[in-house]
Amino acid sequence: MARVILENVSKIFGNVEAVKNFDLTVEDKEFTILVGPSGCGKSTALRMIAGLEEPTQGMIYIGDHAVNDLPPKDRDIAMVFQEYALYPHMSVYRNMAFGLKLRKFPKDEIDQRVKWASEILGIQNLLDRKPRQLSGGQRQRVAVGRAIVRKPAVFLFDEPLSNLDAKLRVQMRAELSKLHDRLQTTIIYVTHDQVEAMTMGTKIVVMKDGVIQQIGAPLEVYNHPVNMFVAGFIGSPVINFFPSRLVSNKDRLFIDAGTFQLPIPEKKASYFKSMPDSEVIFGIRPNDIYDLQYAPERLKENVIKAVVDVIEPLGSEIHLNLTSGRHSFVAAVDAQTSVRVHQEIELALDLEKMHLFEKDEPNLRIKTAF
Amino acid sequence: MVGSRTLGRQILNIYLPLTLFVVFLLFPLYWMSIVSFKPTNDLFEMKFNPFWIQRFTLENYLYLFQNTDFPEWVKNTLIISLLSTAISLLCSILIGYALARLRFPGSNFLGVGIFLAYLVPPTLLFLPLAQVIAKLNLYNTYWALILTYPTQLIPFASWLLMGYFRTIPKEIEECAMADGCTRVETLVKIILPLSTPGLISAGIFCFTLCWNEFLYALIFMSSGPMKTIPVGTVSDLIKADTLFWGSLMASAVLGSFPIAFLYSFFVKYYVSGLTAGAVKR
Repeated sequence: MARVILENVSKIFGNVEAVKNFDLTVEDKEFTILVGPSGCGKSTALRMIAGLEEPTQGMIYIGDHAVNDLPPKDRDIAMVFQEYALYPHMSVYRNMAFGLKLRKFPKDEIDQRVKWASEILGIQNLLDRKPRQLSGGQRQRVAVGRAIVRKPAVFLFDEPLSNLDAKLRVQMRAELSKLHDRLQTTIIYVTHDQVEAMTMGTKIVVMKDGVIQQIGAPLEVYNHPVNMFVAGFIGSPVINFFPSRLVSNKDRLFIDAGTFQLPIPEKKASYFKSMPDSEVIFGIRPNDIYDLQYAPERLKENVIKAVVDVIEPLGSEIHLNLTSGRHSFVAAVDAQTSVRVHQEIELALDLEKMHLFEKDEPNLRIKTAF
Repeated sequence: MVGSRTLGRQILNIYLPLTLFVVFLLFPLYWMSIVSFKPTNDLFEMKFNPFWIQRFTLENYLYLFQNTDFPEWVKNTLIISLLSTAISLLCSILIGYALARLRFPGSNFLGVGIFLAYLVPPTLLFLPLAQVIAKLNLYNTYWALILTYPTQLIPFASWLLMGYFRTIPKEIEECAMADGCTRVETLVKIILPLSTPGLISAGIFCFTLCWNEFLYALIFMSSGPMKTIPVGTVSDLIKADTLFWGSLMASAVLGSFPIAFLYSFFVKYYVSGLTAGAVKR
């Protein structure tokens, strides 16, 4: 079994606490993604699991063994680095065989494993080449191949797709997901790209300033972010935030954002009734804002008006940058929407998908059952 | 140079200054060579062109081999240079790697201390070293120089190799350790193969310094056949006020040209070793 447990792990560099009180359990065969902005401590956490950094406090377990005192080579892990880290003076074959040779595997088995891994990754014709003779995508595959020949208990990926172009990144994302499905091995993957996090992981861990913000399945984190940071980090385009106030009018609760007032759906309103006249942050994702012309019928009472500043046609949808009074926000509307810059447009909001956050730090989301 | 489009301007701006510079640098070697192949009398003959050989002769080379211990000097210089270089390189590799990669208390202080040692002039350092050599009874032995030359070689070679090791991405080492290497295996199997230009550069520096060194060789090892080429050349080919110019130059030619010829194969490594790390990757 290859469960990975981090118990109250911290890492301090000089005066900087890069990772604080990190508690995480990665179950066997899980594909867990550590995601967050640059400097949030995700790579440091990964490097502590690998044994390349020593925790300042806390315990790390791989399988059932505490590994704090074990060097990287004894932890049964394989790591894929952002910069590939291929050995420039060795051929692709020797790169992939290196770890097995160090562990004194018989030559036949080394040959067989290298052949197996190279066929999975489609690099069997590249075995005699040196890394400098490979493209970026090929180098990435060799780096992955070097890891999988070892058949470790845990794979560690440190932003492996960051150096690839957009198209190749999309392709490799799918391949890594298929690889996980095939190998059924625990994977811990670090990225700053929330699209990778959403599309690849079975569990994502959102981090900020060395602290875990939320752990959950991708859709759980997307639909029920624990605070404004998570809501703003996960999801593309970024969620819109409107500083607002809750107001009560004739037994109905409204969000008053200054330039518009919207009624809160009855199902959600019961959770906010104890806080009338409170200042809150109203959040709604661009995909939950519709051009009124193409909005579902049930949304047509939740209408606001805004002026178009920028139009970004993406083909399958259009992103509109809009202004309503002092609020600037983004809507992802139907591709058929016909509008010009500086023109006013009517928008319908799906308030079933709305979020309310506390005004004060840490801007926790006010919980509802929905 | 940018802007030099016409041939005339190229000659004026590039070829002429380069030619003058090359002539300035190579003229002493040329002079050395032609003097070694001239009879001594021809050197003082006013009617002969001094920049050319009128009567070619090998008598200077024959005198060198038959009337001096030149072959012994070459043997001594070679043994001392090779062993000193090997010891210095071994120490410098370990020091350079430790300073470049290992984090331990006092590493900065130690690094600065090693480089400060390089600033002490050898002409001052030989005084305490002479006492050490005397106490160890090493005078007039190879070990007198093999153990003292590294005091001059290790600081610079460590600095050079430290700079070179820093250009090797840390991720490659970390990957090697994750693959199963110990720190020593990482150094031997990964770092050193990737550091060939740096090692050649440090090796050339160390060897050249040992080969050409005069002061320590004169003080610590200069009796009978135990001389190096620089010491033997000066002591045996300059007697009172008589300079055996032809043989002096022959000794200089044989002591320098083979080494220079060998070095010409490693120039690109020397340059890349010295400039590694100068520009961000």
